[in-house]
Amino acid sequence: MVLLLVQVVVMVALTPLLVGVMRQVRSRLEGRAGAGILQPWRDLRKLFAKEPLRAPGISWVQAAGPVVLVTSGLLLCALIPLVGTVASPLLTDDLFVVVGVLLVGTVALALVGLDAGSAFGGMGSSRHMTIAALVEPTVLVAVYALSVPIGSSALSRIVNARIEAPASVAAPVSLLAMVALAIAVMAETSRMPVDNPSTHLELTMVHEAMVLESSGRDLAWLELGSWLRLGALLGLIGTLTLPWGMAVEVAPVPALVGVVTLAVRLAVLGALLATLEVFLAKLRLFRVPELLAGSFVLALLAVTASYLTVTV
Amino acid sequence: MTDTGVRIQLALLALAVVVALLAPVHRRALLSGLVVAGIGIAGVLTGWLALTGHAGRLTIPVALPFGPVTLSPAPLGGFFMLVIGAVGAVCAVYSVGYVHGPAASRTSWVALAVFLTAMQLVAASADVVAFLLAWELMALSSTVLVLTEHAHRATVRSATLWYAAMTQLSFFLVLLGFAVLSAEAGSTQFADLAASHVDSAASNLAFVALLLGFAAKAGIVPLHVWLPRAHPEAPSHVSALMSAAMVKLGVYGAVLVTTQLLVSASTWRSLLVLGVGTLSAVYGILQASVASDIKRLLAFSTTENIGLMFLAIGASSLLRPYGSTDVADTALVACLLLVMAHAAFKTTLFLGAGSILRATGERDLDLLGGLVSRMPVTSATFGIGALGAAALPLTAGFVAEWVLLQSLIHGGGTQNRILAITMPVAVGAVALTAGLALMTFVKAYGIAFLARPRSEGASQAQESPTSMRVGLVVAAASVLGLGLVPGLSVSVASRALGLGDAAAAGSGGIDLVGLGATLHPGPLLLLALVLVVPVVVVSVAAARRRPRRDVDLAWGSGGVRVSPRMQYTATSYAEPLSRIFDDSLRPERDVVVTHSSEARYLVERIQYRQRLSDVFESRLYLPVIGVIERVGAAAKNLQNGKINFYLAYSFVAFLVVLMVVTL
Repeated sequence: MVLLLVQVVVMVALTPLLVGVMRQVRSRLEGRAGAGILQPWRDLRKLFAKEPLRAPGISWVQAAGPVVLVTSGLLLCALIPLVGTVASPLLTDDLFVVVGVLLVGTVALALVGLDAGSAFGGMGSSRHMTIAALVEPTVLVAVYALSVPIGSSALSRIVNARIEAPASVAAPVSLLAMVALAIAVMAETSRMPVDNPSTHLELTMVHEAMVLESSGRDLAWLELGSWLRLGALLGLIGTLTLPWGMAVEVAPVPALVGVVTLAVRLAVLGALLATLEVFLAKLRLFRVPELLAGSFVLALLAVTASYLTVTV
Repeated sequence: MTDTGVRIQLALLALAVVVALLAPVHRRALLSGLVVAGIGIAGVLTGWLALTGHAGRLTIPVALPFGPVTLSPAPLGGFFMLVIGAVGAVCAVYSVGYVHGPAASRTSWVALAVFLTAMQLVAASADVVAFLLAWELMALSSTVLVLTEHAHRATVRSATLWYAAMTQLSFFLVLLGFAVLSAEAGSTQFADLAASHVDSAASNLAFVALLLGFAAKAGIVPLHVWLPRAHPEAPSHVSALMSAAMVKLGVYGAVLVTTQLLVSASTWRSLLVLGVGTLSAVYGILQASVASDIKRLLAFSTTENIGLMFLAIGASSLLRPYGSTDVADTALVACLLLVMAHAAFKTTLFLGAGSILRATGERDLDLLGGLVSRMPVTSATFGIGALGAAALPLTAGFVAEWVLLQSLIHGGGTQNRILAITMPVAVGAVALTAGLALMTFVKAYGIAFLARPRSEGASQAQESPTSMRVGLVVAAASVLGLGLVPGLSVSVASRALGLGDAAAAGSGGIDLVGLGATLHPGPLLLLALVLVVPVVVVSVAAARRRPRRDVDLAWGSGGVRVSPRMQYTATSYAEPLSRIFDDSLRPERDVVVTHSSEARYLVERIQYRQRLSDVFESRLYLPVIGVIERVGAAAKNLQNGKINFYLAYSFVAFLVVLMVVTL
């Protein structure tokens, strides 16, 4: 329980910095100076100090949606083993539950987009949900693939098994599942090549279109919530691919090591993702299903391959 | 004990008929509604008694022209009585305020009472004759109910025709299956039928006939065509009863056949059930995701959910021969959890749709909007139902799908290649279904309740009367209750299957035996509450300092939002999806561009029309109907009104009879 709260606090502190790092890497690669890695924090401070605008016909969803999104992000940070793998007996860190919590946030965001009643919000919401619907098979089958070797979909058990047998991380089955999961995470967190996080061009917007009508603290929560989701999911990929340095018991020193390794993992993955994004072009919306179908096939291969390897 | 329960139900049915016929007009709805709710509650209690092992037999000595029939609910039947009774009671309370016009007539109230009782009797039957009699009674009374508003809309008549044809087809197939089975076993008692199972040709025929018969009642693809017609045209409380209760009896039949009557290790049977289930789940939700009529959407979502139940049944019987008894049992538990969850959220959603229909006069999502402030109770309850249907955490739907997924991922084994292939595909199908369901219900809720009203009716909507709100709130509470304390529903489902209380864990959570998977929604909710507190505190503190400011328009990309019609609609919301699944949905689109008369480069008006048809209907049913119509038209030539032809017919017929007799 303590570890969960540590994770949440650390993630709240770290994810804006993660986004700052990603933007800074991108700026430098594009030959710009960049705003510094603290800029997301400054943005948040600015947004919290402003009053939100309320257009006629807007309902309580406009205020409640961002809170739900941020809570689901916090819950993700609590459930996914990021700092340590000590599972609390009553709190399930089952991967299906994690996916469910993630989807609650997805739905909250989509409803915020619809609530404003403008064409843009609806467009973003529709595209967002379409992508979410198509990502779902990849995610769940990838979860399935990860759970096969140890016969459980509980994340802490999956990660513990990986710490005990580091060779399994590089096994073909695991690699296939991780690639599939990574594509799904990119789609779910509105990154390239599915969505361009910095675009405001109407034909290409997905995430930005939904938050267009939000302002002030509503927008701040939406931004923080999306960052938390990105951080938690990148953290999940980090935990699964580089499971070293995780705290396996609740004590100050391992927890500190866990926090430091988490920060390093996030920084490395964030920088990698940002670098990758510079060299990727955004896909046409109707080419996205092809990408997702590809990742689904990878995940399916991972499951069947894992049965084959177990037999051998 | 259960025989007393059934007796009470029959007595209440008689009372309901008397009340419906004799009560004064202004009291009829209240009194009849209460008595019908009583039938439902009696069903719940009888079901509970059957589940807790208080067996009892009620033998009705003569049911001319047949011998005695026996009503004795077994635990499995009791489970379905419980679910149906609960749905019936909620719908009856709701209907007190809802019924108006033809739905408030004597005929409708009598039919409603008969319908609810007949469904209970199907689940209570212990022999084939009782089962078939109750089944047909249920079919007839529901047909009467679907026909309720035939004088107002022509579409009701065509829908009833489809419904009557499909429901009689279902009856015929079930009759055929049971006839073959009874002839084989030499008895009509279920207990005797269960004892004599062999993998003979006759039992294969019986299996296929029964499966198809029950599938037709359950709305499994390709026998689902009546659902999207009958559900929208029936009054909403009837749609709720049909969708949340009646189709479940198809599932009951399928469970009965696969686990008791025709237990078999044959792989093709399991694969058949699994296959039709998967197909129905994916096809149903795909159609639902592009539907804009809210009740048609809900009807297709029923096909999806029933598909998942059949998938669970198929997976269970596929796994059992390979020694994974725990996993097979879990899959069956998942099926019954889906039954409960679907009953809860589909009741909420159909009753909510009824509320919308009553308040706005619209069923078309494209004409709704902005109801969240006008109908707060309906919007909150419909929202909870939608969360359940989208299988999001802390609802009943999530728990059911979680158990199903757990059983599937533990089922794929190394023992068998078929399992190694089917289980991942099944997980993928369930996941795609879940994803599309999410999109469907975000669309249904977001378009109907959020944003600005898209029609006159929607902008003048008013909240429903008390009895409707009570029905809605109870139904929505059950969606949350079953999701928060799933240990309870799991233990009920395990009892129904005779598995004992093994799967329930402390604090109302689930601990799946033999699978090593646990789920505790309570602590998860607590953690979420702990985390939401600081967020709310920050929000409130910020709101103190900087309250919201009203503006004429927010951004709207700098444009004035002229007309509510410029918002996204249900059709446009689903457009990307209908494009992606173009090959399976085959939408017909017409775009008519009218140019200005002065310059043909100026566009005056663009008309966009989209029609979505059911592939199975246009490819499978319409050709068959066409052939039948042609045969009918040809047969008309026989009747040409000339007396000498008719004399010739009778002479030929007479000769044929003589020849047959002498042979």
